[in-house]
Amino acid sequence: MYDFAYHKPTSIADAVKLLQADPEAKPIAGGHTLIPALKHRLNRPSALVDLSGIAELKGIRREGDTIVIGAMTRHVEVATNPEVAAAIPALSRMAGSIGDTQVRNRGTMGGSLANNDPAADYPAAVLALGGTLVTNARQIAADDFFQGMFTTALEPAELLVAIRLPVPLKCGYAKMKNPASRYSMAGVFVAKGPAGVRVAVNGAGPGVFRVAAMEQALAANWSPDAVAGISIPADGLNSDIHASAEYRAHLVTVMAKRAVADAG
Amino acid sequence: MNVVTPFEGIGAAVKRKEDARFLSGRGQYTDDLNRAGQAHAVILRSPHPHARIVSIDTAAARAMPGVVAVFTGEDLKGVGGLPCGWQVKNKDGSPMAEPPHPVLAIGKVRHVGDPVAVAIAETRAQAQDAAEAIRVEYEVLPSVGTIDGALAPGAPQIHEAAPGNICYDWHLGDAAATEAAFAGAHKVVVLETTNNRLIPNAMEPRAAIGDFDPATGEHTLYTTSQNPHVIRLLMGAFVLGIPEAKLRVVAPDVGGGFGSKIYHYAEEALVTWAAAQLKRPVKWTADRSESFMSDAHGRDHVTRAELALDKDGTFLGLKVSTRCNMGAYLSTFAPAVPTYLYATLLAGVYRTPAIYAEVKAVFTNTVPVDAYRGAGRPEATFLLERLVDVAAAEMGMDRIEIRRRNFIKPDMFPYQTPVALQYDSGNYDATLNAALAAADWAGFEARRAEAAKRGRLRGIGCSTYIEACGIAPSHVVGQLGARAGLYEVANIRVHPTGSVTVFTGTHSHGQGHETTFAQLVSDRLGVPLDKVDVVHGDTGKIPFGMGTYGSRSLAVGGSAMVKAMDKIIAKGKRIAAHLMEASVEDIEFDRGVFRVAGTDKTKSLAEVSLAAYVPHNYPIEEIEPGLEETAFYDPKNFTYPAGCHIAEVEIDPDTGATTIVNFVAVDDVGRVINPMIVEGQVQGGVAQGIGQALLENAAYAPDGTLLSGSMMDYAMPRADDLPAVGVATHTTLCTHNPLGVKGCGEVGAIGSPPAVINAVVDALKPFGVRHVDMPATPAKIWSIIHGSRRVAAE
Repeated sequence: MYDFAYHKPTSIADAVKLLQADPEAKPIAGGHTLIPALKHRLNRPSALVDLSGIAELKGIRREGDTIVIGAMTRHVEVATNPEVAAAIPALSRMAGSIGDTQVRNRGTMGGSLANNDPAADYPAAVLALGGTLVTNARQIAADDFFQGMFTTALEPAELLVAIRLPVPLKCGYAKMKNPASRYSMAGVFVAKGPAGVRVAVNGAGPGVFRVAAMEQALAANWSPDAVAGISIPADGLNSDIHASAEYRAHLVTVMAKRAVADAG
Repeated sequence: MNVVTPFEGIGAAVKRKEDARFLSGRGQYTDDLNRAGQAHAVILRSPHPHARIVSIDTAAARAMPGVVAVFTGEDLKGVGGLPCGWQVKNKDGSPMAEPPHPVLAIGKVRHVGDPVAVAIAETRAQAQDAAEAIRVEYEVLPSVGTIDGALAPGAPQIHEAAPGNICYDWHLGDAAATEAAFAGAHKVVVLETTNNRLIPNAMEPRAAIGDFDPATGEHTLYTTSQNPHVIRLLMGAFVLGIPEAKLRVVAPDVGGGFGSKIYHYAEEALVTWAAAQLKRPVKWTADRSESFMSDAHGRDHVTRAELALDKDGTFLGLKVSTRCNMGAYLSTFAPAVPTYLYATLLAGVYRTPAIYAEVKAVFTNTVPVDAYRGAGRPEATFLLERLVDVAAAEMGMDRIEIRRRNFIKPDMFPYQTPVALQYDSGNYDATLNAALAAADWAGFEARRAEAAKRGRLRGIGCSTYIEACGIAPSHVVGQLGARAGLYEVANIRVHPTGSVTVFTGTHSHGQGHETTFAQLVSDRLGVPLDKVDVVHGDTGKIPFGMGTYGSRSLAVGGSAMVKAMDKIIAKGKRIAAHLMEASVEDIEFDRGVFRVAGTDKTKSLAEVSLAAYVPHNYPIEEIEPGLEETAFYDPKNFTYPAGCHIAEVEIDPDTGATTIVNFVAVDDVGRVINPMIVEGQVQGGVAQGIGQALLENAAYAPDGTLLSGSMMDYAMPRADDLPAVGVATHTTLCTHNPLGVKGCGEVGAIGSPPAVINAVVDALKPFGVRHVDMPATPAKIWSIIHGSRRVAAE
């Protein structure tokens, strides 16, 4: 780890100010990606702006038909919050399936979304639910937010503040974990709600993506059988020592079936 | 009178004495130690599998804040290379290729992680900055990461001293007799298989602190070692030229070894040497990434085996041809692993009359490979137990029946195998029967059918394994090329008031020796467990012993303790005879009490001991004061734990994921001292075996790039990957050591992998699967199922 300055602001405005003042500074949420990168000296920020002291970034509330989750809300809180469990049960289960106890007590939903690791869980949920990403400057639709591997619509010094998720009629999630890292090797989140029927895939491709053919099939017939015969092309999917692109393509269909079954 | 409760001695499941400090965070591991004035070392390692070092510029690094020194291979030219402790000979009797292994690379680097330079600074962070500032110009050379690649025509040559990258081409057994057996065979079954390379990943990374006292000229090395005296001998005599009397090696609490902490590593020599150069302590601690690329790896074989059978399924002959990977250099005991710890086990528990094995060891641009839990024996067992299952299938025979038909029977011991070993005892039907019953083998088909209704493929598999441990008779291993003796030592010190300290040459790094050995002493000398202390791991305290590996600590080290205690008892009888005015022949000793036979006259061990240290009323003309004895024990033979492991699995055909739904281990480890510790050892070994079977793989690209260099890509077994392992023992006693013990440290890792894969293959029977190589990952199983379905569709 190289030396860096450390700031712990208590307001969004102060955090943004710090980031704007120093283009080499980086915000840190739970740190599950950034800290290992720092330890391996793969990243050299001049300063870390720790977001954990900002109360307005935390917490979960229901606003009518929308669940609003603060960006610095920990996985454990998403997993155990009764409002989430009642409104978006698959999101509760997803949060409870991330990493292990230590990870869930430290990692944050906003950190994961802003990082947009292709193998992370949340992007599929937010995309399938048709969520809105609220920043200090604007509101971004999920379809516009995720822009491929580790890339989002966030501008430099723009902070993710909250995630707004419309409450769906049904939702389900299933994933196959990488045997080593336990990240998603292919995961599918399905949702039927105000945004229509949406199917989002994590782990399999270079970024989270939707599967239109499955969405159409499920809109016509909400059942595991509806997606059982739909396969996605392996072209462009990830391939590594754990899974070929062909295997990942196959898993997407299997996980889609299971996600629909999970949704009920 | 000292009265020992019967619950503390041999056979008692007492809780481990050492756990109080481990579980409360009070263990003292090497990295917990800090010497006054210590500097920190960070090693710059090769990023390339194979490259010529054109130049190294350390000027910038040396000028950085806090930097004490920067050393390269040139600075260590006066220092010897890392020695190899075992010489294997080629088929023609010539010695193996033994290329130099410099402490820091000279001229060339040969694997990713090969140490190139060391930066030493006031803080670790400063040393890290300095290491990064060392400028190394490399000329990248063609490189090779696989066995077959290294043997291919035109392959990059890794060492001048090893033409064709061959370390040795060795064989064992009677080739002519084996050919004759094959000539008369009803059927020959062929199996080609690999044994996947593993990365040990002990919980505690390696660490070392070198210290030097200019006033006395004494060097001290604190290190994460399984055998401090071996390190002292190798490093003192061969690398740094320090006489034993001036070199102390301390291996304090060590957090797991599994073999990877047997070997003498470059970093140990480096910090010891640097401390003397700089006249201040130098500390190095590996980070996890360094562990992946610098701890000796395990396994890595490619094998073709053929089994000849008669029409009844009796084994007639076995031919095995193995190519194995040594990595880029010879680690300390590497040459012995795929030879004398592997081919000698190819008889298994069977009466195969003729066996011939040839083993070709090759150098590649990968991390050196050496003994890892089981070491050679898991490779032999996997091969054999898979081959037997394939043979049963191809003969149309039952998998259990073919085993029983070929077992060495209980009345055949001692049994001389055709591959050098002589088994002393065992009862393979007994462990098989107990395991079959515990696993409800007979009821399996109903469970398979029930699983099929749920869309799951269920399979069951067994392995009936044997291993050779308790290493080893010194004269035997000497003939086989070992450059060391493999006896063990114990010093038993009875203190004036009757408490006891045991000084052992073995080393505990998770095995619970402080408890098991105390139980031995408690049982024999009748001293309460809490008054027995076990000291190990410090050459400044213990007599010269060989350390812990090869499940030897109890069979060899414990036997030395028995011999030392016998001497204590013999001397104690003479003292007791004097005190009770009786003839020494009339003195009996039982659990802490000396008694004049047939009388109620007694003296406790504490009374006798007090007399020995306060010899006012003492036969001083005849015997010396004090009550302390040392014994060395050189085993007469290896010990032969054996048993049966049964795995039951379910495969999800949609994903290829395997779940182990039941696992039963019935092991004959000889006499059990502490059943709870044995159970823990077996469970830990089985966890590692399941890891090898389903998860773990050190993946290298063909050019020697390590692809699984972190926990993100190297799949270690986690708790939820593992079933509850049912452990039971069935004992036949070892006939040649005083305790009748065989050893339990490695059986789990040896017996379990073929049981798991046999179950996986059984589950995949509907797809006509004959063999699955390890690890049986979901992706691999899916591609087998998918490939089979695709063929069927076409």
